[in-house]
Amino acid sequence: MDESLLKTPLADEHVALGARMVPFAGWYMPVQYKEGILAEHKYTREYVSLFDICHMGEFTAAGPGVAEALDAALARSVADQKDGVCRYNFLLNDAGGVIDDLIVYRMGAEEFFIVVNAARIAVDFAELRKRLPASVKLENLSDATAKFDLQGPDSLNVLVSLGLDAAALPKYYHWAKFNLFGLDMLISRTGYTGELGFELYFDAAHAVDVWRKLLACPGVKPAGLGARDTLRLEMGYPLYGDEMDEATTPVEAGFGALLKLDRSARTFVGSGALRSNPPKKHLRGIVLDGRRAAHTGTPLLLGGKQVGTITSGTFAPSLGCAVAMAYLDAGAEVQEDAEFDVELHRAVVKARLSPLPFWTHGTANPKA
Amino acid sequence: MAKYYAESHEWIELDGTTAKLGISQYAADSLGDITYVEIPASGKAVSAGDVLCTVESVKAVSDVYAPVAGTVGEGNADLEADPGALNADPENTWICKLEGVDAGSFDGLMDAAAYAKFVESL
Repeated sequence: MDESLLKTPLADEHVALGARMVPFAGWYMPVQYKEGILAEHKYTREYVSLFDICHMGEFTAAGPGVAEALDAALARSVADQKDGVCRYNFLLNDAGGVIDDLIVYRMGAEEFFIVVNAARIAVDFAELRKRLPASVKLENLSDATAKFDLQGPDSLNVLVSLGLDAAALPKYYHWAKFNLFGLDMLISRTGYTGELGFELYFDAAHAVDVWRKLLACPGVKPAGLGARDTLRLEMGYPLYGDEMDEATTPVEAGFGALLKLDRSARTFVGSGALRSNPPKKHLRGIVLDGRRAAHTGTPLLLGGKQVGTITSGTFAPSLGCAVAMAYLDAGAEVQEDAEFDVELHRAVVKARLSPLPFWTHGTANPKA
Repeated sequence: MAKYYAESHEWIELDGTTAKLGISQYAADSLGDITYVEIPASGKAVSAGDVLCTVESVKAVSDVYAPVAGTVGEGNADLEADPGALNADPENTWICKLEGVDAGSFDGLMDAAAYAKFVESL
């Protein structure tokens, strides 16, 4: 193992479970356990899996004026976000490019909890500190906070079996505080799989204990970053670094409607650029013919001309074929029924546009 | 005849002049869940070390090399619908057959014991 990699408190647990460990965003993480990525993916969609996500970052921002300050600092409004609500948001640069995608939890009138990507913890903290006034206290709690994702149709039953009141468990994209295993936990009904699921935040000192106790629940199995990636790709969820980066705007990534640029006069860092500059590309879902996957950087060809580039791709275990996300160049004339050529290792396969999500039977937020 | 192995982790088993070949447990484990197996076209003549076909897993793409010279024969059609069969039992799941194989050409390959030692050294 590269000794300069960071380890979550569970590193030894993963190794003991027979996990294959890999570097991810500077962290030593399990890509899979013994059963493998396909089994872990399918098990998550059918039952319930537990993911170690301790590497992600957590900040608190609190103090007078914090809501207004975050409202001007982030792409989506914060001032009107209610207590108990989680909102997917973006930290943009002046050009409207994404510094990070993140989730903002409103804890109170003047208190917020912000969850950020592992690779961007330092960058996000520095940028937020610059944007927030001195009256706002900004703390980086990443090292002290454990994060576990419990995802799958059985996830709610697991929490109820552990004594949590089903009626008190949060609604989709809401959070609430609970006492589980004698610990204070923040639990949100959020996740990166498309299935009913929860994200658990608590004191990292108890990470190993909570990990073992959750895995001891009947039916709970560990799942690694390999399955996390196939699950999110099937949902068309972006991964920072692949679908978004500092040279890409949230409008290009397909989140324009969330920003309400036309419907509100609200200004925020990057709003000027977003309101002036048309998108240079558009993120789309792509389905390939067959099982062979196309990966990041693969060109999308139409009639021999490159009209776009694949940002992420994989064999989709729940669909039985390969899927990808790709940016189509804004200037390229592409019909909705276009047939692309994708050059793979020693083969060319056909591909076409697909609506997102690819997986349409997710249980995360079923319509009543 | 016994099974022999190449350093590129293919195994080959000869029966007369027809050989069956596949990938070793070590190769299957390294690849992880196999999602696609390209079955090489019948009739193609290959030399030892030529790329025969490709095996893909969720996280990797790997070329399968001909351990010896021959002509590609029948492919294992089951692998089209069930590539995971290679993970379940790689040592006993053949990918394709090679025809017109010369038993003498196996001299450069390792027997099971030698291959096991080789894998340990990796």
